[in-house]
Amino acid sequence: MSNPLAAVGRIFLSFLATVGRLSMFTGRSLSAVVTPPFYWRLCLQQMMTIGYYSLPVVGMTALFTGAVLALQIYLGSARFGAESAVPNIVVVGLTRELGPVLAGLMLGGRVGAAIAAELGTMKVTEQLDALITLQTNPFRYLVVPRLVAATITTPILVLIADIIGVMGGYLVGIHRLDFNSAVYLKNTFDFLEAMDVTSGLVKAAVFGFLIALMGCYHGFNSKGGAQGVGKATTDAVVSSLILILISNYFVTEAFFSQ
Amino acid sequence: MMTDTPRLELIDVHKSFGPKVVLNGLNLALSQGESVVVIGGSGTGKSVMLKCILGLLHPDQGRIRIDGEDTVDLRGTERERILTKFGMLFQSAALFDSLTVWENVAFGLIEGAGMEREAARIIAIDKLAKVGMGEDMAEADPAGLSGGMRKRVGLARAIATEPDIIFFDEPTTGLDPIMGDIINNLITECVQDLGATTLTISHDMSSARTIADRVAMLYGGKIIWAGGVDEIDNCGNDFVDQFIHGREDGPFALEVT
Repeated sequence: MSNPLAAVGRIFLSFLATVGRLSMFTGRSLSAVVTPPFYWRLCLQQMMTIGYYSLPVVGMTALFTGAVLALQIYLGSARFGAESAVPNIVVVGLTRELGPVLAGLMLGGRVGAAIAAELGTMKVTEQLDALITLQTNPFRYLVVPRLVAATITTPILVLIADIIGVMGGYLVGIHRLDFNSAVYLKNTFDFLEAMDVTSGLVKAAVFGFLIALMGCYHGFNSKGGAQGVGKATTDAVVSSLILILISNYFVTEAFFSQ
Repeated sequence: MMTDTPRLELIDVHKSFGPKVVLNGLNLALSQGESVVVIGGSGTGKSVMLKCILGLLHPDQGRIRIDGEDTVDLRGTERERILTKFGMLFQSAALFDSLTVWENVAFGLIEGAGMEREAARIIAIDKLAKVGMGEDMAEADPAGLSGGMRKRVGLARAIATEPDIIFFDEPTTGLDPIMGDIINNLITECVQDLGATTLTISHDMSSARTIADRVAMLYGGKIIWAGGVDEIDNCGNDFVDQFIHGREDGPFALEVT
């Protein structure tokens, strides 16, 4: 019978090894970001793939989240006669928290999986080796454009998601909850502070970086054919979603701890 | 022209993966313009040998010299400088699915050598013609090509930068005999045009006899026999004899059972 302590030790050592490998991968990636050559064309392509093509799914998520938020807050606040707070709470909830987190989770599923599957397939079909033999650094050619594109486009997506989400809440507020249109909009914008939006966009940039990093890391480390690529894809999605939730707490602490 | 310094030299190269010893004191030298085919069973370390030379794997021990320069510990730009001397045809061709056929062929020229796209395209079309593919294929998607066509594109990519040393990893694996023969002849013609040194790994004896000046057999992590292609049928080595005749009985069979 195996020693349970040994099993725990093995798991812990394996965890430390993974942290070490991921740290080295992150270091090489960041080093490649600041050293030439920089592939602008690939970066723009990735911005289209990651940003533009994710717009429908992020937009739909934001629209219905804003709508549901307005309904739920109305029902809850009606218990103590604070229905007028609906626009204020919808806009703050969306810009600070739900916009970036839900967009991050959707992108983690869509973009993180796509990156891991693409790079994983390149790994198992020797395309990464081919890149090296053609004197091209895979970190600069594959990782940097994805990291930069995801870090830049996720805040833009979240800004659009914030607007669409507020619009979802507004539509429900006007048509379902009988708010006055001008009052709803006035309450929304009067209550909103720059820091609410800024903190959400910073979170989005962090989430975008983590999603691309996890996709690239697991894609580069996939092995063993189709099954390996499938595992890399799953690992990329799961790890990016977990990291989004963990980092969300720390970024929130950093902004609002005082 | 032959020179005293080997173009490529592996000296006492060792490589293990955990407890599994793959290369165990491998020695091999290739002269300029020479074509060597390394034969050996599956899992004997032929691909590992190529990856160690290219720097994709780091040997545990031993030296690898390119034109007399020790390359084992080279990194970054120094490694990229050495890699400009190499071309490689991968077993699966390893074409980039996101690029067209001509962009695949021109990749080393554009990204590696920094050539303008238009100039690189002209060279790519010329190299495609050398492997029997017309300009009409230049814009094709690699994913839609047959195995033989993919190998041709891979070969065009391997020779596009006119490298000094070219590696061929199982160039005829997965092809029908006719297409295999076409690829063998294309390899021979292209290499003669370039005057390149070539190292091929293969299971295919027909391919080896067509391509090779010299054949070496890898077994147990080291070269157990090497000689001219005309000597192989009477080499007196039981392993080589069993391998080239594809017989079930022999020293390999003892280990398989």
